[in-house]
Amino acid sequence: MKRVFVTVGTTSFDELITCVSAEDSVRIFKSLGYSQLTLQIGRGTVVPEAFSAESFTLDVYRYKDSLQEDLQEADLVISHAGAGSCLETLEKGKPLVVVINEKLMNNHQLELAKQLHQEGHLFYCTCSTLPGLLQSMDLSTLKCYPPGQPEKFSAFLDKVVGLQK
Amino acid sequence: MVCVLILAVAAAGTVAVVLVLRLWTVLRCQDVTPRESLSLLVVAGSGGHTTEILRLLGSLSSAYSPRHYVIADTDKMSADKINSFELDRADRDPSTMASKCYIHRIPRSREVQQSWLSSVLSTLHSMWLSFPLVHRVRPDLVLCNGPGTCVPICVSALLLGILGIKKVIIVYVESICRVETLSLSGKILIHLSDYFIVQWPTLKEKYPKSVYLGRIV
Repeated sequence: MKRVFVTVGTTSFDELITCVSAEDSVRIFKSLGYSQLTLQIGRGTVVPEAFSAESFTLDVYRYKDSLQEDLQEADLVISHAGAGSCLETLEKGKPLVVVINEKLMNNHQLELAKQLHQEGHLFYCTCSTLPGLLQSMDLSTLKCYPPGQPEKFSAFLDKVVGLQK
Repeated sequence: MVCVLILAVAAAGTVAVVLVLRLWTVLRCQDVTPRESLSLLVVAGSGGHTTEILRLLGSLSSAYSPRHYVIADTDKMSADKINSFELDRADRDPSTMASKCYIHRIPRSREVQQSWLSSVLSTLHSMWLSFPLVHRVRPDLVLCNGPGTCVPICVSALLLGILGIKKVIIVYVESICRVETLSLSGKILIHLSDYFIVQWPTLKEKYPKSVYLGRIV
């Protein structure tokens, strides 16, 4: 059973939720072989009706203590461009499509999506271009994401605050 | 009457000059005092900001104790994440049982999509409440990574130094989301922090004063 997991982290991203739960999008997911769609909607005001049909299931929830399980079970993750959501997904080695929220201040999230896309780790788009991307993308071209190195931070900080042994 | 006015202006001018000189002295001071532990004040913003800052904290030794966390009063998720983080830490390393951590709340400086003018007013309101908190805690080090909440905290920490109460080291780590441009907090705090860390080479080129260690979250 192939699953799609959509996450907006702790934010509200009604446009994305509306887009992925629309009939057209569900049709696209089915045609691509997905039979389960899970929506984590955060603070959003759009709450699609969950349903369970023979060939397709839609789940909806706001938050969980940890998204690890849903990320682990997903075959495709569609996410807002928040750092936490992106990093957690990439670190699990899951294919990631990032959808930019065009309503955010300065739209700073676009920078990260662009950079990680340039490095070949994810695809990105806006709500309006998502359906097109879903049908045209090739997930096998995505590259593995090397994790960050917080130990470099601790080594630096230890030195400058005088804690170095 | 005129004399009184002149005196008042002169006095105000002198105070301003003294404050600016103190600010300059505090900002330039990067003496490294050897020590065995230091108290830490961490500003946790919402969502990804908290995730990133906890990853950074996860790499720090138990010498960074006690740890004071400051979160916005409207932020429900961060307190949970912080508590899980600290419990995990205590489980993995029982010697840290002795280290203490505290969570403090202040009004949020600005909500996402809040207008500029009301952001300024709410930031000033946060300052009014941040300074007593920072003054009470008197951390050795303030660590933050970009949410609006961190500006009043860092300014308060700087004020402790300017007033000669305590020199607080201010470390700012720009979010990994910032590849080519700084956040608004970053643009303000690059001038006021002791160490300003960026995670992408483009930012290091644009801001030579910053520290680049690669991707650290």
